[in-house]
Amino acid sequence: MIRRIGLALAAPALALAFALAVTSAILAGTGHPPLEAFGWMWDYGTKPDSIALTINLATGYYLAAIAVAIGFRMNLFNIGVDGQYRLAALVAAGVAGAIHLAPILTVAITIVVAMLVGALWAAIAAVLKVKRGVSEVISTIMLNYIANAVIGYLLVPGRLGVNVQGSQGVGTKVIPPSGRVPGFSLVGGSQTQVYGLVVLAILVGVGYWFLLGKTRFGFDLRATGRSESAAIASGVNVRRMVVISLLISGGVAGLIGIPNLLGESYSYSQNFPAGIGFVGISVALLGRNNPVGIAFGALLWAFLDNARQILDLYQVSKEIVTIMQATAVLSVVVAYEVVRRYNNNRHQREVARSLEKLKSGTVPA
Amino acid sequence: MLAAPAVELRGITKRFPGVVANHDIDITVRSGTVHAIVGENGAGKSTLMNTLFGMHRPDEGTIAINGEQVVFGSPADAIARGVGMVHQHFQLADNLTVTENIVLGMEPTSRFGVLAMRTAQDRIVKLGRQYGLEVDPEALVEDLGVGDRQRVEILKVLYRGARILILDEPTAVLVPQEVAELFDALRELKEQGLTVIFISHKLDEVLTVADDVTVIRGGTTVAAVDPRTTTARQLAELMVGSELPSPATRDSTVTDTPVLRVEGLGLTGKDDRQLLSDITFTIHAGEVLGIAGVEGNGQAELVETIMGMRTAAGGTVVLGDDDMTGWTTRRRREAGIGYIPEDRSRHGLLLDAPLWENRMLGHQTQPPNVKGILIDASGAKADTRRIVAAYDVRTPSIDVTAAALSGGNQQKLIVGREMSGEPRLLIAAHPTRGVDVGAQAAIWDLLRDARAKGLAVLLVSADLDELIGLSDTLRVILRGRLVASADPAHVTPEELGSAMTGAGDES
Amino acid sequence: MSEVVAMTRRGLATRSTRPFVLLGLVLVVFSLVRVVTGAQELTSAGTLQAAIALSIPLGMAGLGGLWSERAGVVNIGLEGMMIMGTWGAGWAGSTWGPWQGLAVGVAFGAIGGLMHAIATVTFGVDHIVSGVAINLLGLGITQFLAVQVLHNPTQSGEIPSMGTFTVPLLPGWMQSIGAHQWFLVSDLANVIFAIVDHPAYFTIMAVALLPITYFVLWRTAFGLRLRSCGEAPYAAETLGVNVYKYKYLAVLASGALAGFGGAFLAIWSGFYHDGQTQGYGFIGLAAMIFGNWRPAGLAVGAGLFGYTNGLQLRSPPAVHALLLVLVIALAAYSAWLLYKRRWVPGVISGIFTALVLLWFLKTNELEQHIVSATPYVTTLLVLSLASQRLRPPAADGLVYRRGGGR
Repeated sequence: MIRRIGLALAAPALALAFALAVTSAILAGTGHPPLEAFGWMWDYGTKPDSIALTINLATGYYLAAIAVAIGFRMNLFNIGVDGQYRLAALVAAGVAGAIHLAPILTVAITIVVAMLVGALWAAIAAVLKVKRGVSEVISTIMLNYIANAVIGYLLVPGRLGVNVQGSQGVGTKVIPPSGRVPGFSLVGGSQTQVYGLVVLAILVGVGYWFLLGKTRFGFDLRATGRSESAAIASGVNVRRMVVISLLISGGVAGLIGIPNLLGESYSYSQNFPAGIGFVGISVALLGRNNPVGIAFGALLWAFLDNARQILDLYQVSKEIVTIMQATAVLSVVVAYEVVRRYNNNRHQREVARSLEKLKSGTVPA
Repeated sequence: MLAAPAVELRGITKRFPGVVANHDIDITVRSGTVHAIVGENGAGKSTLMNTLFGMHRPDEGTIAINGEQVVFGSPADAIARGVGMVHQHFQLADNLTVTENIVLGMEPTSRFGVLAMRTAQDRIVKLGRQYGLEVDPEALVEDLGVGDRQRVEILKVLYRGARILILDEPTAVLVPQEVAELFDALRELKEQGLTVIFISHKLDEVLTVADDVTVIRGGTTVAAVDPRTTTARQLAELMVGSELPSPATRDSTVTDTPVLRVEGLGLTGKDDRQLLSDITFTIHAGEVLGIAGVEGNGQAELVETIMGMRTAAGGTVVLGDDDMTGWTTRRRREAGIGYIPEDRSRHGLLLDAPLWENRMLGHQTQPPNVKGILIDASGAKADTRRIVAAYDVRTPSIDVTAAALSGGNQQKLIVGREMSGEPRLLIAAHPTRGVDVGAQAAIWDLLRDARAKGLAVLLVSADLDELIGLSDTLRVILRGRLVASADPAHVTPEELGSAMTGAGDES
Repeated sequence: MSEVVAMTRRGLATRSTRPFVLLGLVLVVFSLVRVVTGAQELTSAGTLQAAIALSIPLGMAGLGGLWSERAGVVNIGLEGMMIMGTWGAGWAGSTWGPWQGLAVGVAFGAIGGLMHAIATVTFGVDHIVSGVAINLLGLGITQFLAVQVLHNPTQSGEIPSMGTFTVPLLPGWMQSIGAHQWFLVSDLANVIFAIVDHPAYFTIMAVALLPITYFVLWRTAFGLRLRSCGEAPYAAETLGVNVYKYKYLAVLASGALAGFGGAFLAIWSGFYHDGQTQGYGFIGLAAMIFGNWRPAGLAVGAGLFGYTNGLQLRSPPAVHALLLVLVIALAAYSAWLLYKRRWVPGVISGIFTALVLLWFLKTNELEQHIVSATPYVTTLLVLSLASQRLRPPAADGLVYRRGGGR
């Protein structure tokens, strides 16, 4: 058991060490002291405000990674998470800005609308895959671009947009206080509040763990991911699974922007954070589709994104962090593959050894 | 006959982790002959041929080609020595032409590496004429039938100048006419001085075409016999040892209760091809219905249609009193069908998953694997331990992945799984294919037990002895139709064989 | 047997003439729509030149995808390799000159390809996963290098122009014919003008890479071996083909071609800037799939995208006229379905045709946002119509390990 956990941790640890080494080499090569740079990042990243910011950022990353991981577990690549969440956030923001109901109800409606929009956008890819055989990799990429156009179309005054006071930008109508979710102070001495909807991310994580690991549906989904032909023979309706899992993935994707929307920005505008869907892919890979692993991955990624800001102050280009993140992702998938092969060989050796024992009669059959 | 033997194997031993696949093999293949190597599934024939073709090195022993001792590090070395191999599973690229498949790796080129396709095609046509192996060199391989594909495989080997050909179970996928054509070609090759090593477990074929026969059992050579003075019966006894797998219990357990009734079942494939037409049969409780047929005549399609994995074009399938024609695979399984698929690793197992999750596969809606919509991991694990013990699955734990087990142990796990949950009907497709002899006997026993417990069993197999030994009723499938039936108590493999080819008119 | 031979021969004969017939038909339709709607930009030389320039980067990316996937390695990291190409060309181009820029851009793309090859071929990592990581890495490296080397996070200095090829006389004649706006004749003249009017050297090189690719992959022993790795690597292995080697070479070439595409973008724009590739790597991949993993099909796919993109950039109103083209195409498709007695899809398609026609008649222009989505929607539509007929290499995307076929 301990050995198994050790092996599971070996891959990410190796990968991170490798990423740090590569980054250090580059820093040193460009005339910056690596250890000091990491020190600055650490000092800045562990300030109370930074921690709160990191958690807020990680909330979106976590939801995005879970959305991606649902697909990954079934061998589906939902690269369209990015478009799904931005479109969902826009429409949800429009709805939340327009309705005036009891606080909880408004929030609930906003969340449901976001999930529905995300799921619907993903459904296009699902239908194209099941009915027309279009690879979801390509269709979701195209749908990301199309989402940009749809957002541009909707975000004009007269549709979902209004002119934002004091600037030239256009955003959705500001969500009234009844539709917001207040944050809380998790970290002492911090001015920045942690999103109240961090809870939503945790719930989604628990739900993901439960659905995939503990339910029949989850078993079907994982079986399909491991071997489609065996899943069919075992009675799984694979087409239906493709549609359902992409809908769930899109639904979760729809949630990505909501903690920020209801806890900080209160409006969807061109400034709304973009690209979280792509971060989600990386974080899901780092966390190996495991809900706890993804949580660590999301926090790490968010920490790096925050802490890198300080580097400018020291004339170190903060883009070095992107290299570190990318190296970590690439090396982590390599490391997982190496560990997987090692494990398979180990199992085969174990079987062989126990068979030899059986033959020599030292172990009762 | 003063020439050195084409191939001389002395004391070949090959070990794999946990198994000794070959030991002390001695074979002498005379030049210019067809030499058959026969043995049961799992006797070690393929391992031996892979050794001879350089796909792995023997742990002990020597190989001599034309009197000269050699060490093969890779197939390329073997090819360089004039040894070529035609694999049982064709190694062809469907989307390339015949010529491209043949010349790959040894392409005739003009300047700058430009393919000289004309030259290649001419040579292939010439080779084809010379040995009676004509194939359209411009055709795409995907458009070819099985027989033509095999010709391409043989041409591939000849094109490389092989003088010694290894054919691994070449007739397994052929229809009888194609077998006859293949044998003509083999004789032609022999005429022209080539040597053919022919691996098979089909004794009548061996006796037809071979000049010498070597028998392998339990990983070693047990006899070298002259086919002209040997009968199929004697060969069979040599193959399996003293005890022939005699169809033990002949006491009928067949009842009057129909379990599976299939009526007028049809299946249409791509391009409106009729894969199955008008299949009608009934299996009663306690009855084993065997389906005999040359591979590729609709057996796989029949099984998959009954399992609901393919949608029938017409007809009904009734289990007990339930018309399940429109049911999903899952509902059929829940209604009490156990299914031992033909291709374990594709349809029967999740190779990367632990054994206990494999225990759930196909039964993931039924206790003890689930409670309501939730997985009951402890229930599934406990039941996996039961299966491992009761069905003698050799494994150190139930947490290893299915990929770590040997074929025989994988199959025993599958049988154990499919027998749990009180099935009414068991569908067994090639249940002993690719398993070792010990596991084969065990699986036969398990099928007999199932029958004794009152299950209806649909048995599809290419192994005629297995079919005759286990079945209560035999039906023959040919080109997607059930064309004949036979009484296993009286029918001989020869009679069955001729019915399978459409030659006999048995009833 | 002889019948089969005869059939394939006949098939080849029609296959070689059909593209020209189709291209002619397309030109007739566009010319007709131009005359009817008066949207001269539809086939103007300017639009066509923009279309060519916009097609090339993604065409090169698609060609990169073709090399890689023909050897069985899915390459979704083209975008990252292309980004590296833009930066390499921007840096070297602004420092030394356009040709050096092109060379360095190609080399940078190839480095991206090398990383993808190491991950997928040597370590057996899932191809798409590795590609996603390469995209991230390409972005990170270039952004870092931009700050470190260019001291400007967003763009490079100016890259001098590469120089053009001058065709005598012909462009002038074509221009004067094109100016008359005659039906069909002027359109054809515009097409020719767009091609022969001072093409840049690297445009000629890029276009030449299409037939060169075809020749290398389909007419040489090297190409046959490379393709065999994408179709049946284990069969190739039994014939002594070093599958690893060919996969490595293919993915390297793939990266180099993507780098070429990136370099083209930078040199054509006159400088490198952050975000220059705009996802062309992905669209190139879509164009390759659209083209059924073949150079000619890929060229059509890239051209289609480049054209719609060029038209929407140059003249948004003219995109409205494209609706009429769509109506004609849909009407033909419906008629063909009905002719084939496929009543239900035929009628549905017919209704759809009528709706688009109504849309065309009831509106005078299309909103900018819809226009900007045209290339992507077109790609998606075409894929949804064509996907089932596509024939990807049989072992595309599968992890190969030596000796793993047994």
